[in-house]
Amino acid sequence: MSAQSLLPWMLMVPLSWATLMVLLAQQRDAITRVVNVVGALVLVGLSVALYAGVAQEGLAVHALGGWSAPLGIALRADGLAATLVVLTAVVSSACGLYAMTSERAARTNGKSAPRYFWPLFWLLITALNGIWLAGDLFNLYVGLELLGLSAVGLVALGGSEASLSSALRYLMAALLGSLAYLLGVALMYAAYGTLALPELAELITREPMTQLAIALMTVGLCLKTALFPLHGWLPPAHGVALTPVSAMLSALVVKGSFYILFRLWFEVAPDVVTPLAAQGLGILGAGAVLWGGWQALRESSLKMLVAHSTVAQLGYLFIFFPLAVGTGATAAALATQGMLLHVVAHALAKSAMFLASGTLIASVGRGGVADLAGVGRHMPMSLFAFGLAGVSLMGLPPSGGFNAKWLLLQSALASGQWFWLLVLLGGGLLTAGYVFRVFRESFLESPDDAGQFTKTPRAYDLFALTLAAMSVALGLASRAPLRFMTNGLAVMAGVQ
Amino acid sequence: MKRRYRHLSAGAVSVALGAALWHVVRVRPTPSVSVASLVADALPASGVSHNVTAVLLNFRSYDTLLEVAVLLAAAVVALALRDEPSARSPAHVMYVALDAFVWRLAPLLVLVAAYLLWAGSTRPGGAFQAGSVLAGAAVLLRLSGLKVTAVDHRLASRGAMTFGLVMFLCVAIGTLLAGQALLEYPAKWAGALILLIEAALTISIGVVLYSLFDNAPQARVSDRESERQRER
Amino acid sequence: MSADRLYAYVGAVLVALALYAFLVHTHVLRRLLAFNVMGGGTFLILVGLAQDGRGPDPVPQALVLTGIVVAVSATALAIILLRRWFATSQTTSLPEDGSS
Repeated sequence: MSAQSLLPWMLMVPLSWATLMVLLAQQRDAITRVVNVVGALVLVGLSVALYAGVAQEGLAVHALGGWSAPLGIALRADGLAATLVVLTAVVSSACGLYAMTSERAARTNGKSAPRYFWPLFWLLITALNGIWLAGDLFNLYVGLELLGLSAVGLVALGGSEASLSSALRYLMAALLGSLAYLLGVALMYAAYGTLALPELAELITREPMTQLAIALMTVGLCLKTALFPLHGWLPPAHGVALTPVSAMLSALVVKGSFYILFRLWFEVAPDVVTPLAAQGLGILGAGAVLWGGWQALRESSLKMLVAHSTVAQLGYLFIFFPLAVGTGATAAALATQGMLLHVVAHALAKSAMFLASGTLIASVGRGGVADLAGVGRHMPMSLFAFGLAGVSLMGLPPSGGFNAKWLLLQSALASGQWFWLLVLLGGGLLTAGYVFRVFRESFLESPDDAGQFTKTPRAYDLFALTLAAMSVALGLASRAPLRFMTNGLAVMAGVQ
Repeated sequence: MKRRYRHLSAGAVSVALGAALWHVVRVRPTPSVSVASLVADALPASGVSHNVTAVLLNFRSYDTLLEVAVLLAAAVVALALRDEPSARSPAHVMYVALDAFVWRLAPLLVLVAAYLLWAGSTRPGGAFQAGSVLAGAAVLLRLSGLKVTAVDHRLASRGAMTFGLVMFLCVAIGTLLAGQALLEYPAKWAGALILLIEAALTISIGVVLYSLFDNAPQARVSDRESERQRER
Repeated sequence: MSADRLYAYVGAVLVALALYAFLVHTHVLRRLLAFNVMGGGTFLILVGLAQDGRGPDPVPQALVLTGIVVAVSATALAIILLRRWFATSQTTSLPEDGSS
């Protein structure tokens, strides 16, 4: 099948599985498990096929309903979109398998797993693929809302009082963010009479209505990406959710809104955005790196520590803006490569870290960092996965995180903005601080040894280790995926 | 102090946004592209004669598909958070006159819903409007104390909730398997397929909207709180 | 001034008022009401500005219908979460926001 005819299946498969899972919700475990595994295999297979297809044929466009834009809506896949589709399939499959393992473990212990997890899980994947492949501003709005609502639902499934308040707080932020985005869409339609991204990119001019529209969309998307100081909703939501949910939220969901922001700034409206606004985003990003890192350093609960680390790592994504707007072609290209590699490396590392943390907590039975004493001896593999993910987050070589930060650093030098170096360096030190803090506690000898650790399924470590290893391996082989991801992006035009 | 600061900063942000919006509405540019004329040109091939329905279920049908998924997401969460049967209080019987009125109104509302669905292809109307009227009828019945089937964990309930999406997906996947683009209806069947999707959606939207009402947890007031209210 | 342009002005005012209410209140139900008013203002701008001086346009009308369904779903989800939250906590605002 050609890449063009594969595109709609990337949505039809998860959406069909979501529907199927609503209908199978009360069925016996074995049936849902088989259906889910088949779904994950199909999803990964199709994603890889799409990746290969786009690599061979270049940009793939599918005119939905047979109506070409601007009358209809198109699905589009370039290298970046295809990479993110594969990333989504890989990370969510690992998280899904982890969730299946933990459901089974809960059942054998006589506890009940949350009902209706699977429909929301597949709806989340539908929304993510919808966003990566969208070619229309309003369609992106519907995708954002589907993403937000299914993510909030997954957080609420935690069942505790804290998960309800976190879900509600998350929903409030998500609603305000998408409404700001929708207001921007309304203004764009009023100004240009079309919503299709490629047409808008050709028509767009710098005038007040467009500037207000882009500003509104930027603020809304920053709120949804939890950019400091609008990040307050993220740590509680990502910290209290079920472990596989936390992993998917931190690895993929926050990247959805960031991806739209990137497309908007660099594909649709590169002549409308200003270096001043980019500097502003960069400063907030620097604030996120330092504040998030500091909070993670002081946090007493393990999952909250990892959640604060997400706030900090998202900050790096925003330091990309001042490096790529109003600087030379080389600096912009380096920054783009660094940012995109960071998106992928962080997704792999952070999902691994959340899964490993969940395993450690399941073993210890409590969620505090200080409760980890003695875990180093009993859970070496989980801790190893945690550390491996930490290597990539800190930016130590060899890892995807290192290459990403190295590229950002080079871009800062090439554009003569050395002060971003200090932020990159400070952020790395803070990350090292909180990762080593977890290790220090884990290697302490516990006063009353043995017997207090619950045995956890072996498979847990397999999923976390695989993701962590991929994030490290990305450091050894980042050239080919990078070339594929940046192929055809407008911001790379000056150097290719 | 903190409260005052909050009001001031919120006021400043709101006034700034309002002023900016007011300004751009005043000096608005004129777009060069007109999708409205494209819609008018393509309308004869869309299978329906009303342009809004044509946009919703043909030209931009993919938006509508995702919109139905959004509705399902909310319904699934509501189902997951539904009270256990023991915690649910029985419906209140309120007034005899209201009962009698609602009892006679309900069939009429079903008729209105059917008309709205049918009207959708030629004039304002359609699946969502018809579905909300259906849901409204069910809510009225429930509020006046008449027994309405609960939309709970049974397969029948879940089947009714997803029926519209299943139909929509069948048509979508059918077009793909036939070698067409996603949701590209064959010219001869466009009208029939749109009506089929809309009819199925009407039922599901009605059920889902009612389920969102029915599955909302009881907002129980604690004993202490209710005592305080009684004293007042 | 055309009626459509008037809708857009009214929409701008509604959005500003509702944003203020959304930011100031801590009672979740009030914030939800503000969200819905803001949504209404946005829809007015969407249809009003698109049709201003150009005659009826079915595309923004269809977009608004989609937007309404999405807003209804989001509001319902929020109310369901809020009622659960109220049943367990007996408060109507979120922990970090203090009392309303």
